[in-house]
Amino acid sequence: MSHAAALSGVQDDPHGEHPATSTGLDNKKLAIWAFIGSECMLFASLISTYLIYKGRSVVGPYPHEACNPPNCAVPLKAILNIPVTSASTFVLLMSSLAMVLALAAVENADQPMPDGFGPRMLRSSKLWLWMTAVLGVTFLGFQAYEFTSFVHEGLTIRTNLFGSSFFTLTGFHGAHVTAGVLWLLTLLAIDYRRGLKPKDAINVDLAALYWHFVDVVWIAIFTLVYLIK
Amino acid sequence: MAHDNAHEHHANVDHTAMGIEKEHPTWSTYWKVALILTLITVVEVWIYYIPSFVASRGFVPTLLILSAVKFATVVLFYMHLRYDHRLFRAVFTGPLIIAMTTIVALLFLFGHLRIGAGAAG
Repeated sequence: MSHAAALSGVQDDPHGEHPATSTGLDNKKLAIWAFIGSECMLFASLISTYLIYKGRSVVGPYPHEACNPPNCAVPLKAILNIPVTSASTFVLLMSSLAMVLALAAVENADQPMPDGFGPRMLRSSKLWLWMTAVLGVTFLGFQAYEFTSFVHEGLTIRTNLFGSSFFTLTGFHGAHVTAGVLWLLTLLAIDYRRGLKPKDAINVDLAALYWHFVDVVWIAIFTLVYLIK
Repeated sequence: MAHDNAHEHHANVDHTAMGIEKEHPTWSTYWKVALILTLITVVEVWIYYIPSFVASRGFVPTLLILSAVKFATVVLFYMHLRYDHRLFRAVFTGPLIIAMTTIVALLFLFGHLRIGAGAAG
């Protein structure tokens, strides 16, 4: 079976497991795009809820403004930590780079190994999958730190409208990142067990599309929640 | 060069079956895209710390435009939507347009946006 046919899963499968589709495209890839489309609407509902409640909290802490008595028992500074979130945003962006390099490495796994450290490194799917997973876990670490510090400063999901909508939105996103990391770890397990070949590129592509979607959702959240006052 | 191998590889791919309408980017393009995304993020954070710009009317539109550029860059290059079959584009952009329209409609409905008055607090 040709590499392209393996990626699409629509042609000359010797086991007859993947009959040709009416679109000529791989059903799994079409399904992940449809899933991502539905996820757009999920996150749109969460983002619009956050934006509608923005500035309507009766008590503090507040995202961008200081909170003084009587709205807060003690004076509190603005709660969002932009430097920390900027760092976590950078980490997630770099994880997308690692993910796309992992996919390219799998797609080119049947090519002769090039000379030189750099080109050989680019061809290591294990390296880039590990890199993506580690960067994803690092992002989750930043989020855990942020959530913990917010709770210590008096903001929980029950404190005010900001807390409810913020923790729901970013918590859902964090859950998606966690699912993505687990997906990456399963790919790594397959890679260690038998090696990822070009015929597996479609499965890596599905994980990559999901991972990049999680990244673009964070791009929107970073601007709408953290930067716009 | 490693990215030359990528060219060689993609030349042997059955594009129709894969849903690929144009060649996928090379490794060097992926690195350049990452650099652009990083630079835009730096600019976003940088303008956040300029009080006079934050107070101006251009602050929110600038951030929204920069964010949209980052969003589009990831979708077009890393998710390969620029290169893949148009059906994938339709399946993604349709719900995305509905989602964005919903956000804007709800902001109007709850008084955060007003026609002729711009953004309200």
